[in-house]
Amino acid sequence: MDTLFEFFSFNDPNVLIVTLGTFFLGAISATTGCFAFLRKRSLVGDAVAHAILPGIALAFMIGQEKNPIILIIGALISGWIALLSIDHISKNSKIKSDTAIGLVLSVFFGFGILLLTRIQHSGAGNQAGLDKFLFGKAASMSVQDVQTFAIVGLITLIILSSFYKEFKLISFNPDYASSVGLPVRTLEFFLSSLTVLAITTGIQSVGVVLMAALLITPAAAARSWTHRLGSMILLSALFGAFAGLTGTYISYTAPRMPTGPWVVMALSFFALFSLVFAPKRGVLSRIRQQRKNREKIITENILKAMYQIGERHGAQGDVVTEEVLQEKRSFLKREFSLGVRLLRKRLWIIESPEGWKLTTSGVTEASRVVRLHRLWEMYLNQKMNLQADHIHPNAETIEHIITPEIERELIRELDRPERDPHDREIPYTS
Amino acid sequence: METALEVHNLTVSYSRKPVLWDVDFSLPKGKLIGIVGPNGSGKTTLLRTIMGLLRPDSGYVKIFDQPLNDVRERVSYVPQRESVDWDFPASVMDVVEMGRYRRSSIFKRLTQHDRQLSKESLEKVQMLEYANRQISQLSGGQQQRVFIARSLAQQADLYLMDEPFVGVDAATEDAILSLLTEMRDQGKTVIIVHHDLQTAYDYFDWIVLMNTRLVASGPVEEVFTRDLLQDAYGGRLTVLSKIGDLISKEEFPLRERDFKDRES
Amino acid sequence: MSLNDLYILVTGSAIAISCGLLGSFLILRKMAMIGDAISHAVLPGIVLAFLISGSRDNIPMLIGAAGFGLLTTVLIELFHKKARLQEDASIGVTFTWLFALGVILISVFSGQVDLDQDCVLYGEIAYVPLDLLIGPDGSIWGPRPMWIGIGLLLMVVIFIIIGYRGLLVSTFNPAYAVSIGISASVWHYLLMGMVSFTTVVSFESVGAILVVALMIAPPATAYLWTGRLRRMLLLTAIFGVLSTIFGYYLAVWINGSVAGGMATASGVFFGIAYVRYRILSNRAIYSNGKHNEHAISHPEMDKA
Repeated sequence: MDTLFEFFSFNDPNVLIVTLGTFFLGAISATTGCFAFLRKRSLVGDAVAHAILPGIALAFMIGQEKNPIILIIGALISGWIALLSIDHISKNSKIKSDTAIGLVLSVFFGFGILLLTRIQHSGAGNQAGLDKFLFGKAASMSVQDVQTFAIVGLITLIILSSFYKEFKLISFNPDYASSVGLPVRTLEFFLSSLTVLAITTGIQSVGVVLMAALLITPAAAARSWTHRLGSMILLSALFGAFAGLTGTYISYTAPRMPTGPWVVMALSFFALFSLVFAPKRGVLSRIRQQRKNREKIITENILKAMYQIGERHGAQGDVVTEEVLQEKRSFLKREFSLGVRLLRKRLWIIESPEGWKLTTSGVTEASRVVRLHRLWEMYLNQKMNLQADHIHPNAETIEHIITPEIERELIRELDRPERDPHDREIPYTS
Repeated sequence: METALEVHNLTVSYSRKPVLWDVDFSLPKGKLIGIVGPNGSGKTTLLRTIMGLLRPDSGYVKIFDQPLNDVRERVSYVPQRESVDWDFPASVMDVVEMGRYRRSSIFKRLTQHDRQLSKESLEKVQMLEYANRQISQLSGGQQQRVFIARSLAQQADLYLMDEPFVGVDAATEDAILSLLTEMRDQGKTVIIVHHDLQTAYDYFDWIVLMNTRLVASGPVEEVFTRDLLQDAYGGRLTVLSKIGDLISKEEFPLRERDFKDRES
Repeated sequence: MSLNDLYILVTGSAIAISCGLLGSFLILRKMAMIGDAISHAVLPGIVLAFLISGSRDNIPMLIGAAGFGLLTTVLIELFHKKARLQEDASIGVTFTWLFALGVILISVFSGQVDLDQDCVLYGEIAYVPLDLLIGPDGSIWGPRPMWIGIGLLLMVVIFIIIGYRGLLVSTFNPAYAVSIGISASVWHYLLMGMVSFTTVVSFESVGAILVVALMIAPPATAYLWTGRLRRMLLLTAIFGVLSTIFGYYLAVWINGSVAGGMATASGVFFGIAYVRYRILSNRAIYSNGKHNEHAISHPEMDKA
């Protein structure tokens, strides 16, 4: 707790610098990452991040010092060459894009390692300064670095907001974009340049190897929560920024720890949480929806069975025993008691000593299910030409899905039939 | 009438959306049969389900009255030409020889007999002179003929071909058709997914007309009526496609778990 | 050339050939980036294996570590199918997470594991001659990593010879393979298992990312050079050995990492093959007119 307090009091000016720096970086990368994600070019970002290494090493060999501007220029150039190589190879030969990406990634990185190890072996200059490009070492960030990030962030923001509509269009619907006369290639060039720029600065905090995560993971997490690009960018920038903060904090308290892996761990946690818990798109909400469907199916099946037994006796609302119900349709024991419990809660059936009987609202509900079943059988029989002896299983499922709107449409298309293909009466309430 | 293929109450969905609804028909042996319907009517899905590449939500398929696994070696499948990457490093002969691969002998070398059969199959599609050609150098029609040769090499009794006439020039189309007719005359059953209504009437003995559901299955003259064609091609059933959307959106199961055919 | 040079070259070549042969099938299956993901994601498995067994050449532990590679492919599929994350993103999320975990484990247990971050990135093939295998009678049998490399190579070659037809048909046309009763997913997982195991074994010598270079660059070079699978496999092996030899001497000359040199050399060979391929296909366009251009480099244009 003490370290947490100490950290956020920013008494140490260095902590403030580093915090601001990683916060910016996380947000910048996550923002441009959203576009890469939507254009399904996330792994190209991964390759470009790796491919930056030789540029940095060469810039260092030429400049002989750790000047962030020279390093960034070197990185930009080699990132760009990598990007162009990937495009050229996959467009002009039989090599597919996944191979082109993997090839450029690993060969450029290998070349970078060759140069980097030479610099280390020759003992020239500050090894730690270059090491941080591999796994990230936020703690060594300088005021000058943070200024650079702020400028890069500002440039990104200006370009993104002035071309927001265009970028959105080429991300979601590139074919349409070119059909309305947008200069798609130029726009893609801008967007890719922004990505290269973001990667170039981002590796200071997570390193080249894990940079992909800073682009992809926040976007993947944000996508689970929203369909709108604006809110997706905002969310993913937040995820990126907070992950950056977490990583910095951990490597601040445990100096042996590289920053990058912890940033990635935090991001992955956000992503996993989002994929599981997000409303609508999350795994959990889908499971919940499926459970709700099962409950709907079992309750409606019990109602329908009771209604059909009533039909046979010529009167609705009589007491039906479990035995008779099970004879009508063998329910699974566990599902049956769940269904009965739900039906009683909704007051569609009431319990009596021998069994259960339908209430008035229960009869209405049950007749709705039976009506939908028989209407659908009519539809299958008349519109889809299915034989009367084949249609029942299908109707068993579809009866639970039909919405009132589709029901009205069915009645209209079938001309409000009185009897179903098995010559049973279709019960209408009005 | 002996049955080559029985499709029973088949419901199939693709990424959770139902594509085939309760398709049910039987096909006779020794006929040239066309599966016909508009684009997106589920023809390819039907073929893939018959070959066990997709699992149906309900229903089953029987071939020569047996499940597919018991008669696999009597069935030959020709996928769509576009479904493979023709840049693959292989020669024409390499591809045709795959027709001789068997589940039981996949680790064994091919025999002289296998190679002989592969050559004969290439000869039948008039491609023997291309045996050593790299497959990416073939035209669309030649690629299609290589696929058919591979299928012939399987020496099957039932052939299922997915759009063998797509991207093929007129001369090749005629050649393929006469080959298929010849196979039919030898007692083989040939089932073809076909999208061209114009030629379907002339090509096939029997037609399965479908549009996500079965519209009709029978001899050509009985199926090619105005009403049935109108039914298959005259627009979608709006209620049906709305239900399909609901099923995939609401995570609904396509069949209830406990359901058994007890009432009907 | 000294004996030590020879040891390094033999070890490097054995690894380069093993990676290249398996990589050929990866690139033909359009799964190069899955190979990349596996090579990163086995890291936590390797660290755990070292922690538990305390040694480097414990075969059950290596197999356990390779299990992480298979886990990666399963996770990627799970994210893609169950959580409906698009495929490229699900590859990216999965391997970065596992790799980060591995690096953290190394930092936490740096006292107990004989692995450092540099080794993870580019291996220690230069130290091969120092790690000697001593026979039971005390005689020296040569470097341990070299024998491991040769054993790996034998295993991979036998796998590919025996599984040739299964790999061929399930790679070229998986739907057809299934239709004749050959399970495409069995062959998928066999290949993934071999890739994972090879990655784990090669890791020590060439590191995580350069394994990828050896898996992709030589096969891609061979793929541009020929149109037959057997020849492609043979050429892959040749380019693998050439990359090792040139890469080694490049590294010695520059005074840098050997693995980095090998990756660089493999990239240079690809560059040569690429220029040759472009010249040949341009010449084909000029001499044979438009039709052949499509036949050679754009067969998909014929569809229309």
